[in-house]
Amino acid sequence: MKQALLSICAAALGLAAAGSASAATTLETVKARGKLVCGVSLATPGFAAPDDKGRMQGFDADICRSIAAAVFGDGDKVEFVPTNINTRFQALQSGEIDVLSRQTTHTFSRDASLGLDFGPTVFYDGQGLMVPKSLGVSSAKELTEAAICTLPGTTTAQNISDFFRAINGKFELVVFESPDENRAAFYSGRCEAITSDRSDLASIRAVANNPADYIVLPETISKEPLAPAFRQNDSQWGDIVSWSVWMLMAAEEKGITQANVDEKLKSEDPDVQRMLGATEELGKMLGLDNKWGYNVIKSVGNYGEVFERNVGEGTKLGLTRGPNALWNAGGLIYSPPIR
Amino acid sequence: MADIQALALAPPQPAPAAARMGKFSAYFGTPGNTIISVASIVAIVFVAKLAIGWLFIDAVFAGTGEACKVASGACWPFVAQKLRYMLFGFYPYEEQWRPLLALLLLFGACLFSMIPRFWSRALLIAWIVVILPVLYILMAGGVFGLTPVATTSWGGLPLSFMLSFVGLTLALPLGIVLALARASNLPAIRVLAVGFIEIVRGVPLISILFMATVMLPLFMPDGVTIDKLVRAQVAIILFASAYIAEIVRGGLQDVPAGQVEAGKSLGLHYWQVMRKIVLPQALKKVIPPMVGLFIGFFQDTTLVTIVGLVDFLDTVRAAIRDPEWQGIAVLEGYLVAAAVYFTFSALMGAYSRFLEKHFRTTHA
Repeated sequence: MKQALLSICAAALGLAAAGSASAATTLETVKARGKLVCGVSLATPGFAAPDDKGRMQGFDADICRSIAAAVFGDGDKVEFVPTNINTRFQALQSGEIDVLSRQTTHTFSRDASLGLDFGPTVFYDGQGLMVPKSLGVSSAKELTEAAICTLPGTTTAQNISDFFRAINGKFELVVFESPDENRAAFYSGRCEAITSDRSDLASIRAVANNPADYIVLPETISKEPLAPAFRQNDSQWGDIVSWSVWMLMAAEEKGITQANVDEKLKSEDPDVQRMLGATEELGKMLGLDNKWGYNVIKSVGNYGEVFERNVGEGTKLGLTRGPNALWNAGGLIYSPPIR
Repeated sequence: MADIQALALAPPQPAPAAARMGKFSAYFGTPGNTIISVASIVAIVFVAKLAIGWLFIDAVFAGTGEACKVASGACWPFVAQKLRYMLFGFYPYEEQWRPLLALLLLFGACLFSMIPRFWSRALLIAWIVVILPVLYILMAGGVFGLTPVATTSWGGLPLSFMLSFVGLTLALPLGIVLALARASNLPAIRVLAVGFIEIVRGVPLISILFMATVMLPLFMPDGVTIDKLVRAQVAIILFASAYIAEIVRGGLQDVPAGQVEAGKSLGLHYWQVMRKIVLPQALKKVIPPMVGLFIGFFQDTTLVTIVGLVDFLDTVRAAIRDPEWQGIAVLEGYLVAAAVYFTFSALMGAYSRFLEKHFRTTHA
C-alpha cells in the first residue's frame, strides 16, 4: 500500500522512478530506455552545435552517435542534452546523462575526485595565442606587457599566468563573460592577443573580416586532451564507450569508410573481418550485437571522416590534423588492436 | 472629497483653442524649453535615421553570411533561416507544429481570460482540466499517436513561457496563502510563513536554481531522478511565491481592521471574510507592484540557462554561434530576443493599466 502511494506521489511529481535501477548497469538502463542520453555543449561550432533544424552536429555529437550505433545499430538513437560548464559533471554523476562528450579535458583531479572515468582521447588540443599580423610578433615570448583577451575559464587564465611566470614576462588579462564580446574586443584592438584552445582560435580566426590578418603563434602552452567521460565503477559501459571510439580510429587505419563498409564485409583481411563482425564474436563480449563495428562505421564513418566533416580543412574551422593524425602518419591517434 | 474624485475621474474635455496653443508654448515657451525641445527632435531624427538605415536601407534581405559580412546593415537572411530554431530549440523539426499550436493556444486562452467579463468559476476549471492538460499533451506527446518528446528536447519560446506563465500562475495562490499565514493569529503558522519568506528572499534565484538542479539529484536515492524541468519550475514557483506574499501583505495591511470586524459581526467565518471582503480590496491595490514583479520574473526565467535548460535567449545565442553566421549576425539575434521580451513585457504593462482603470471605475 505504502509502495503504491509512493509511486502515485512520484508520478504526480513527474518523477521518473526507474524501479530497482540501483542494480542496473548503464548498458541495461540505456537498452531499456531505447536511446542513449549524451551530454554535449550547446553551441560550440564544429564540436556540438544545432543546425537550422535543431539537430546537433559536430565532432562531439558524432562520438555520441558512434556509441549509440554500437549499442542499438542506429546512430540516431541519441538524445542530446546541452550541458554547460557548471552542470556537466553533476549531470553525469546523477545519472541524467550516460556519457559526457563535451570538449572535456582529461585531467588528474577530475579523474580522481569526481566519480567519473575518461575514455580514450578523441581530440588533442592545447592552449595557444593569436595576434594580429600587424603586431609583428612571431613568438609568444615576444609579447611584453600585452593585454590578452580570454574567457573566464577555469584553466585558461591559470595556464597563461603559468606560462608568463616561467619566462618572467608581464601581461594584463582582460576577461570577458561571453565569447561574442571576447571576440569583438580582440578584433577591435582592445587586446594585443587572444588566448584559448587552438581549435577555438581557429574558429575565431575563421569569422574575422579578413582571416589573413591574424596569426596563431607557434607555442602550445598547455595540454588539452579532450575525452568522453562516464561514471566510474561500470567497466562494461566504460569498455563500450572506449571501444566505440577506438573502432573509429581502427577503421581509419584499415581504410574502412562509411561508403565502402559494405564491400569491406567481404574483405579477406582477418582484422577487418573481426572488426565488422564477419568472423568471431567480439561484440558478444561487450554485451553488444556482433555487428557493432559495422554499425558504428555505417553511422558516422571512420575517425578521419568525422574529423574532416566537422572541423577539417573543408569546414569553417579549417583545422589541420596535426597531432590528431593517425600514429602512422605522425600523429597521436592510436587504437589498441581489435582482436 | 467625492466631488474632487468625480472631477479627477471625469473624461478629459476637448481642449479649447487657447489651451492647444498652450501646448506649443509648453515646448517652445521659454529659451530653455526651446533648446531642450530642439535638441530632443534632433536626437530623435538622428537615431531614427540610423535605425532605418541599418534596418532597411543598408540591410541584406537575401543571400548568405558572405553577403552580410560586407554589408553594413542588418542581416535578415540570418533571422529567416534561424527563426525556427530560435523559437523551438531542439524540439524535433517535423513535430514543431506542436509547440507552435501550444503557444497559440496559450496566447488565445490568455487573451480570452484577460477580459474581466469572462471571469468565472467555469473558466478557472477549464484552465485546470482542459487547457493546461492539452498544452502538456501537445508538448510531451505519448498519447493519441503523438510521438513522445522528452522535456530535455523542449526549448526556446515555449519553455520560457511555460516556466514564467505556469510558475507565476501557481505562485500567485501560494503567495496569497503565505501572506495570509504571515498575518495569522496562530504563532506556529506565522513563524513558518515568516521563516519561509525570509529564507527564500535572503538568497538569489540562481542559488535556488543551483540547489534544485545540481544538489537535489545527489540527495535522491539511486535510480530516482526528477525531471530537470520540473525541478527548475518548482524552484521558480517557490521563489516567486515569497515575493508575491510580501506584496499581498502590503495590500492586506491597507485594508482597515473595521472591515474584518464588520464581516465577523455579520457571522461570516474567516475564509468568507478573506475571500469576499479583504482579499478583493487588498489585491486590487497591489496590481501595479504585482505586474512589475511578473514582468521581472518573466525576464528572470532566462537564468535557467545556467542550469542547462535551453530557454529562448539561449537558443538565440546558439543560433548566433552557428559557424555560417558567427560574428556576423550578433546584433540581429539579440534584437529578435529583445523584440520578443519587450513585446510581452509591454503587453503586461498595458494590461495592468487597463485593470487599474477597470477596477477604479467600477468601485469608485
